[in-house]
Amino acid sequence: MPVIIYIAVMALVTYLVRMLPFTLFRKEIRSPFFKGLLHYIPYAVLSAMTIPAIFYSTGSLTTAVAGTAVAVVLAYIRLPLIVVALAASGSAFVLGLFI
Amino acid sequence: MKKLFLRGIKDGIPIALGYLSVAFGFGILSVSMGLSVLQAVGISASNLTSAGQVAGVEIIAAGGTLIEIILTQLVINIRYSLMGISLSQKIDPSFGTLQRLIVSFGITDEIFAVSYAQKGKIKPVYMYGLIVIAFLGWTSGTLIGAAAGAVLPESVMNAMGILLYAMFLAIIIPAARDDKGALFTVAAAACLSVIFRFFVPALSGGFSVIISAIAAAALAALLFPVKEEE
Repeated sequence: MPVIIYIAVMALVTYLVRMLPFTLFRKEIRSPFFKGLLHYIPYAVLSAMTIPAIFYSTGSLTTAVAGTAVAVVLAYIRLPLIVVALAASGSAFVLGLFI
Repeated sequence: MKKLFLRGIKDGIPIALGYLSVAFGFGILSVSMGLSVLQAVGISASNLTSAGQVAGVEIIAAGGTLIEIILTQLVINIRYSLMGISLSQKIDPSFGTLQRLIVSFGITDEIFAVSYAQKGKIKPVYMYGLIVIAFLGWTSGTLIGAAAGAVLPESVMNAMGILLYAMFLAIIIPAARDDKGALFTVAAAACLSVIFRFFVPALSGGFSVIISAIAAAALAALLFPVKEEE
């Protein structure tokens, strides 16, 4: 099968998954439980995607743990996203030179 | 209008920088699996999602079926449906159907997180700014990665693997610091995700994220109800 068909199907499914709920959902949600659920979902998704995957993200558990520790500290003191990301990556890189 | 668009661009720059490096990795992966540079860039430009694209390329390379592609994309990307519903509660009345159809294309984890963190209701132009710059970062990163192949040493590539996850931490940790409910959510989702990873290896990564996230957020909603009106 031509690759272009795979790509078109991928793109279509991904778009529909995004578009249908966002476009069709017009009501203000009243249920406190459902409101709370939607408020917490993004944090839950990001957390579940990051942990434990971050520990396998550099190909070495040691450098990944070091990078994660740097990221946690810098994120805690509220440094900007890109600073946290570059510092984590930079420290993983530097440590990687020594092991 | 223009000011709000520019603010979207500015807020989207960290996203675009993060995407640049991740997409770079995606470009290299795609070409190493036998796709052309054009195909790799085409996938990034039409999908704008990381995990789904990687899974898709693997299936294409393995000559998998369309059903497999459809199911994989559904499972990995269903979180965008949840984000879309969340976002639909935060948008300005100036969002008509056309604006929703356009912005739908750009709902990613990072764009969602940044827009959701805005105070007050969100306007379409702001989203356009965010999406345009993120899209440029994602597609150009793919192009550079696919074209450059393995020019960068492996040590640099490896260290770059942590970029996106560190960005995620930079989003959830300050939130968890401010809000007990968010702290509980983040901790519970991380615990569940670790448990699934080590004790239920048969569960795919996409499913693990979905189950962990819904369970953690539902518990948090019960234990830490959200106060009315922010």
